[in-house]
Amino acid sequence: MKRATLLLTIAIAAGWSMQGASAQTLKTVKERGVLACGVTQGLPGFSAPDDKGNWAGLDVDLCRGIAAAIFDDATKVKYVPLSAKDRFTALQSGEIDVLSRNTTWTLSRDTSLGVNFAGINYYDGQGFLVRKSLKVNSALELNGASVCLQTGTSNEQNLADFFKGNNMKYEVVAFSTADEVVKAYESGRCDAFTADLSQLYAERLKLTTPADHEVLPQVISKEPLGPLVRHGDDQWLDVVRWTLFAQIDAEELGITQKNVDDQAKSDKPELRRVFGTDGSLGEQLGLTKDWFHRIIKATGNYGEIFDRNVGTDSKLGISRGLNQLWNKGGIMFAPPIR
Amino acid sequence: MTGEIRRPPFQPGLRLRRALGGTAGWRGFALQVVLLVALVWAIHAIIGNARANLAAQKVASGFGFLWSTSGFAVSQALIPYSESSTYLQALLVGLTNTLVVSIVGIVCATIIGFLVGLGRLSPNWLLARIAGAYVELIRNLPLLFQILFWYLAVLAALPNPRQNISLFDSVFLSNRGFGMPKPIATAAFDPFAAAVVVTIACWIALHVIARRRLFATGRQTTVWPLGIGLLIGLPLLAALIFGAPLTFEYPVLRGFNFAGGLRVVPEFAALALALSTYSGAFIAEIVRAGVQSVHKGQTEAGASLGLSRAAVLRLIVVPQAMRVILPPLTNQFLNLTKNSSLAVGIGYPDLVSVFAGTTLSQTGQAIEIIAITMAVYLVLSLLTSVLMGLYGRRIARSMGT
Repeated sequence: MKRATLLLTIAIAAGWSMQGASAQTLKTVKERGVLACGVTQGLPGFSAPDDKGNWAGLDVDLCRGIAAAIFDDATKVKYVPLSAKDRFTALQSGEIDVLSRNTTWTLSRDTSLGVNFAGINYYDGQGFLVRKSLKVNSALELNGASVCLQTGTSNEQNLADFFKGNNMKYEVVAFSTADEVVKAYESGRCDAFTADLSQLYAERLKLTTPADHEVLPQVISKEPLGPLVRHGDDQWLDVVRWTLFAQIDAEELGITQKNVDDQAKSDKPELRRVFGTDGSLGEQLGLTKDWFHRIIKATGNYGEIFDRNVGTDSKLGISRGLNQLWNKGGIMFAPPIR
Repeated sequence: MTGEIRRPPFQPGLRLRRALGGTAGWRGFALQVVLLVALVWAIHAIIGNARANLAAQKVASGFGFLWSTSGFAVSQALIPYSESSTYLQALLVGLTNTLVVSIVGIVCATIIGFLVGLGRLSPNWLLARIAGAYVELIRNLPLLFQILFWYLAVLAALPNPRQNISLFDSVFLSNRGFGMPKPIATAAFDPFAAAVVVTIACWIALHVIARRRLFATGRQTTVWPLGIGLLIGLPLLAALIFGAPLTFEYPVLRGFNFAGGLRVVPEFAALALALSTYSGAFIAEIVRAGVQSVHKGQTEAGASLGLSRAAVLRLIVVPQAMRVILPPLTNQFLNLTKNSSLAVGIGYPDLVSVFAGTTLSQTGQAIEIIAITMAVYLVLSLLTSVLMGLYGRRIARSMGT
C-alpha cells in the first residue's frame, strides 16, 4: 500500500487527474459509464466480497444506489479496496469518485483534507473487544493493557484521549490492516482490540472461536460514519447526499424494494413528488425523473439495507440502536424530498 | 629528457570550455545549460502545479503541521515522547526506531554472514552443508513472509504475561516481549565510567606498543592477560572506593503487563531477527565469493609459513577478500535499512509506520510527508555509503594499493 500512496502523491503533484476537482464528477462518471467507489479491504457487513465474489455491505449499497440513480444499473460500480491510511489520498487524486468506507466525520478531516462529507449512514462509537477469560467488565479496568488497533483511523487519537483522560497507562500496537490486528490480537499480543463497535462485531467473526471474546459495553467516542466526495463539486455532493437521504426517507415513507413499483403509482401528493410524477426534483439533481424509484428498486430502503448487511438478517446481528429512524427511537434522520 | 619544462600557452577560453562542456566544446556547454534550465523549470512547474491544485481543493499544505500536537501514542520510543508531543517528535521517534533496528540488523547480519560464508567453505562436510542449506532456504523465501513467520510463530509459542517464563525473577519472557532489569546510574557512576574509559585507552595503547615491538623485533608479546587484569581491576577498584555505580529496576507484573524495567517488544525482536537472518544469507554468499577470489597460492603461502588455518583466514585471506566484499556488502546494508520499512506489517513503530502512516492519515499532507520520508531514507543510505567508502579507502591504503 506504500507504493499506492506514493503513486497517488506523484499523481497529485503532477496534476494528472485533477479535472475531477471542478464541477465535473457527474459528467465524468456518465462518460466513463462506471462509478469508482472506494471501499474497505474487506469488512463484513460494510464492504466485503460475498461468497460469489460480489461486493456487498451497508457502504456498498450506497455505491450501488448512486450507480442505480445515474445508470439505472446498480452493477456499474468499480470497487477500489483501500486501506485506512490510503483512502483520502485516493479520493483527493481522483482515483475514486466517492469514498464509502466507514469513515468518521470530524472537523479536521472536513477542513484539511479537501473533502466534503455527504451525510451519515451509520452512527457508531469506539469500543473494545477483549477475551472473556480476562474477566474485564469495563473499559476503565484496562489500566496497563496492551491495545491493538489499525493505523490511519480516528481510533488512535480517541484511545490516547481516553487513557490519558482517565489517568491510565497503556501500550498501543498499531498495524496497517485490520487482518493484521486480528492476527496479533488472537496470538495474545494484546489484551484488547479497539475499533468502532460495528467493526469489532465484524472482526470478531474472523476469530477462531468468536464466543470466547466480548465487546465491552463502554463507548469512548462518537463515530458518525458516512460517504465523502472531493471538495468543490457541489452538484456531485448533492447526488451522493440525496442518494443516501432517498434510502433513509424511503424507510420513513414505508417504501420497500418489494412495494416500490406499486407505490410509484400512488396518488398521494408526497409520493407523486418523490417518484417524479409531479415536479422535476430528479432533473434538479442532474439525474432523471425516476431517480428515487431506481435507487430503491436496486437497494431497498435504509432499514432493509441495515437488516440485510449488519442487522438481524446478517451474521453480525447488530441491533438498530441509534441507527433506528428518528420517529422510532433512533437518531437516523433525513431531510424531506420536496 | 633535458631542458626546462615548457608550460602550455595560457588559454583561458579553452580551459573554461573544457571545464564546462568537456570535449564537445561550446555546443556541449549550451546543451547542458538548456537541460539545466529545462530541469529547473520542470521542477518549478510541478511544485507550482501541486500547490495550485492543493489550494483549489482546500487541501492543507506546508510544513506547519510538524509543530502541531500528535495526539497518538507509540509502543516503543527511545526518546521522550507522549500523546502531547508534536508530529516532529513523532518523526524523530520513528527515525530512531528505524535506526535502532537497522543498526542491530546490520551488526547481526554481518556476523551471521561471515560465520555462514566461512562455514560454507569449511573442510568440515557437515558444517559446509548446513551453511549451504541455510543460505538456500533463507534467501529464497520472501522477506515479508519471514517477518510474519517470526512474529506470529514466536508470539504463538510464548505464554501470556501472567504465565511468564522467568529467570531468577529478574528476566521475564512473555508474549509482551522480553523484560529485564533496567540499570539506573547512581552517584558513583561517573568515576566508574571514567575508570572504564581509562582502561580501554590503556588496552589500546598496550596493543599499539605490542604491535610496534612485533614489527621492530619480530617478537610477539602477549598483552591480553594484562589487559583483562586492567579491565577487571580498575573499574572494580573504582566501584570499591565509590560504591556500586548502578542499581537495577526490576520489571514487576502489575495487572495486564510488566511495569518498570527494560522491555524489548516482540515486534522489534521479530523484525531484527528476520532482517538479520535474511540479509545474513546474502552476506554469506558475498563473503564466500570474496574469499574464493583470493588466490589459492596465498593460503598455501600462509600455511607454509606455519600459520594455523584460522590465522591464515584472519591475517591473509579475509583482509584481501574485503576489497571484493565491501561494495556488495554496502548494498546489503542499504537494503536492510530500506527493508526495515516492512515493519508496518507487524506493528513495529518505524519511520514509515509512525510518520508515513499514522501522521499522514491524521494530517492528510501526503506530499510533504512522503517527501520528508524519502529524504530521510536517502540521507540514511548516502551516509551508509559514505561510511563504507571511507572504510574501503582505509583498507585499500593498509594494503598499499
